[in-house]
Amino acid sequence: MKVAKVCIVTLVAAMLVFTAGISAAKTLDDVRARGFLIAGVNGGVFGFSMPDKKGVWRGLDVDTAKAIAAAVFGDANKVKFVALTAVQRLPALQSKEIDVLCRNTTQTLTRETVNGLNFCHVNFYDGQGFLVPKKLGIKSAKELGGATVCVLPGTTTEMNAADFFRKNGLKWKPVVIEQTAELSKAFFAGRCDVLTSDASQLAAHRSVAPNPDDYELLPEIISKEPLAPVVRHGDDQWYDIVNWTVMALIQAEEFGITSKNVDEMLKSNDPGIKRFLGVTPGLGKALGLDEKWAYNIIKQVGNYGEIFDRNVGPNTPLGLKRGLNDLWTRGGLMYSAPFR
Amino acid sequence: MAISNQISVPEKVPFWLDPKKRAIIYQIAVMAMIGLLGYYLVSNTIFNLKKQHIATGFSFLHKESSFEIGESLISYSAASSYGRALLVGALNTLKVSFIGIIFTIILGTIIGVARLSSNWLVSKLAAIYIEVMQDIPVLLQLFFWYAIFYEGLPPPRQALCPIKGLFLCNRGVAFTVPAPHPAYKYMLLALLGAGVLVFFIRRWAKRRQEKTGEFFPVFKVSTALVLGMPFAVWLAFGAPTKMDVPRLVGFNFKGGMTLSPEFIALLLGLVLYTAAFVAEVVRAGIQSVGKGQREAAMSIGLRPPLVLNLVILPQALRVIIPPLTSQMLNLTKNSSLAVAIGFPDFVSVANTTINQTGQAVEGVALIMAVYLIFSLSTSAFMNWYNKKVKLVER
Repeated sequence: MKVAKVCIVTLVAAMLVFTAGISAAKTLDDVRARGFLIAGVNGGVFGFSMPDKKGVWRGLDVDTAKAIAAAVFGDANKVKFVALTAVQRLPALQSKEIDVLCRNTTQTLTRETVNGLNFCHVNFYDGQGFLVPKKLGIKSAKELGGATVCVLPGTTTEMNAADFFRKNGLKWKPVVIEQTAELSKAFFAGRCDVLTSDASQLAAHRSVAPNPDDYELLPEIISKEPLAPVVRHGDDQWYDIVNWTVMALIQAEEFGITSKNVDEMLKSNDPGIKRFLGVTPGLGKALGLDEKWAYNIIKQVGNYGEIFDRNVGPNTPLGLKRGLNDLWTRGGLMYSAPFR
Repeated sequence: MAISNQISVPEKVPFWLDPKKRAIIYQIAVMAMIGLLGYYLVSNTIFNLKKQHIATGFSFLHKESSFEIGESLISYSAASSYGRALLVGALNTLKVSFIGIIFTIILGTIIGVARLSSNWLVSKLAAIYIEVMQDIPVLLQLFFWYAIFYEGLPPPRQALCPIKGLFLCNRGVAFTVPAPHPAYKYMLLALLGAGVLVFFIRRWAKRRQEKTGEFFPVFKVSTALVLGMPFAVWLAFGAPTKMDVPRLVGFNFKGGMTLSPEFIALLLGLVLYTAAFVAEVVRAGIQSVGKGQREAAMSIGLRPPLVLNLVILPQALRVIIPPLTSQMLNLTKNSSLAVAIGFPDFVSVANTTINQTGQAVEGVALIMAVYLIFSLSTSAFMNWYNKKVKLVER
């Protein structure tokens, strides 16, 4: 397993070494020629990307990738998902193993500059929190001095936790385990006092705990984690497509267009909706896509609200509230630039 | 006249037909090809990385790492540099490999000898051990030992205390160690001094025996020196007996010494797995010495320990050492599986570094370089030892 992982990272590094001049050529042309999209996702975060019992990929990040496929091909199923660990994900994108990375990846300055990547519109606003067993009787993260903390490697989480404990002058001991499943097993068996990760992921971990009610999230959210799809530097058209696909999901919710009523909406008199759904042509051509691109996305995948509710919303085991991920009109941060 | 002339002036051979010169030309050509290939790989990589605006070079080693490491042999904090973080990882790998190799050789030898025991039960038990351990992938064994730790042992507040001063819990094993005292430093020096002394006494005893035939009880004298010298120092310092007992403070044990579950699980997994292979190596070595050798040694009146020391072992070792070296290298390399159970070894730290800096090519190159250095130095030492123990033909 681990050996395989080292192999993959090495292979990816080797790709950078051997490939004669990775061209900044058009990703869109490559994807079209291939006939399907290759999306890098997380292998096992319930609600974001995880294969279900039948092996069908489900989750918010998975649906984002499907929306891109719907925009490009008019068929949301033309995607191949590649499960990547936190360590593999950026090299995999850099070396063209994948076309787009939808793997709860936090937008940071270093990743956009030093790593040569571009983050598109955020598809989930998250923040890092702490999950503790209730029986510890801890009410604040400030009481965690001396604690043993379970953490995933190679993530912004590791650095955030170190920053938080340094800032508050607390001593701590990290236990860094690479596999998400192993990590959560170790935490629930009591190897660590605390599990730290993005709050949404903690909710996902808790939902699969032996006794979910024995654990609680501490009130402190110690970081900003804007999670967004990522593409490579140097291909502006592809960046635009992925960026505007996410915005289309948000804009559709704002327009009130859902997968159910999208056909009726085609008859809408609202000029904005007409432009959006391609009844009035122009936007699709500008992106280099079919005029029906947004229609296809909403018809086959749904708008952002539908995706959220289906995967992580109140009626799922995660039971997350919209919060920051609500539309700006309802006090959240989801705000699409205008479609015109 | 004409004939002798022909002989004394040999025909000039063109250089491409001269095997000596040709060999040199071939070697130069091969070297040039390898050089070109290396140049191509390096320049191509740099070109590709530049084109994608990915940072290159090793300047990141001086930057602040901003992440914590669970256990470290040297002082380290999130404010230390990536270079220091990687050093911590390398030392952790060395620690587990070094201790692992020592235990593996001891356990492997015992099992290997047991495998040859004339006692049916002992030999079959050893055989079962070898078969089972060899056949289960080492990664699974690591998961198993790690799970035993965190699933099987109680939390720190209900820690098991089988003997006074020793605590077992799912945070590791905490045990009492002597409280720091200047005496211990000098005791260590005394131990080293004793070692040097023993070395010279052995040489002297051997020479004397070869010359005069007189026997000197080297073993007894050495044992007395190794134990006695540090003990004398300890007494000279007033025999300090203050102990540092682990106490439960807050979440965890403070004081004493604590071994983490990750370290113990990794050590156990690696030792038990590799010992099975070493046992087979030892068995092969002993069996390679003909039965007649032992009988001949007995018949000239050597006592059994001397038969083993003077006749069997010197011949068995030359068979044992080369495959044993390879098992030692295996253990060192397998220690990189630590990342699966959360022990901060070199690969684990390098992984985090790669992810935070995004410099995969440099990171992987560092991983390769470090394991290469570890492996080459182990081989170098074992080759030297192999040369030393190999039969001196007279």
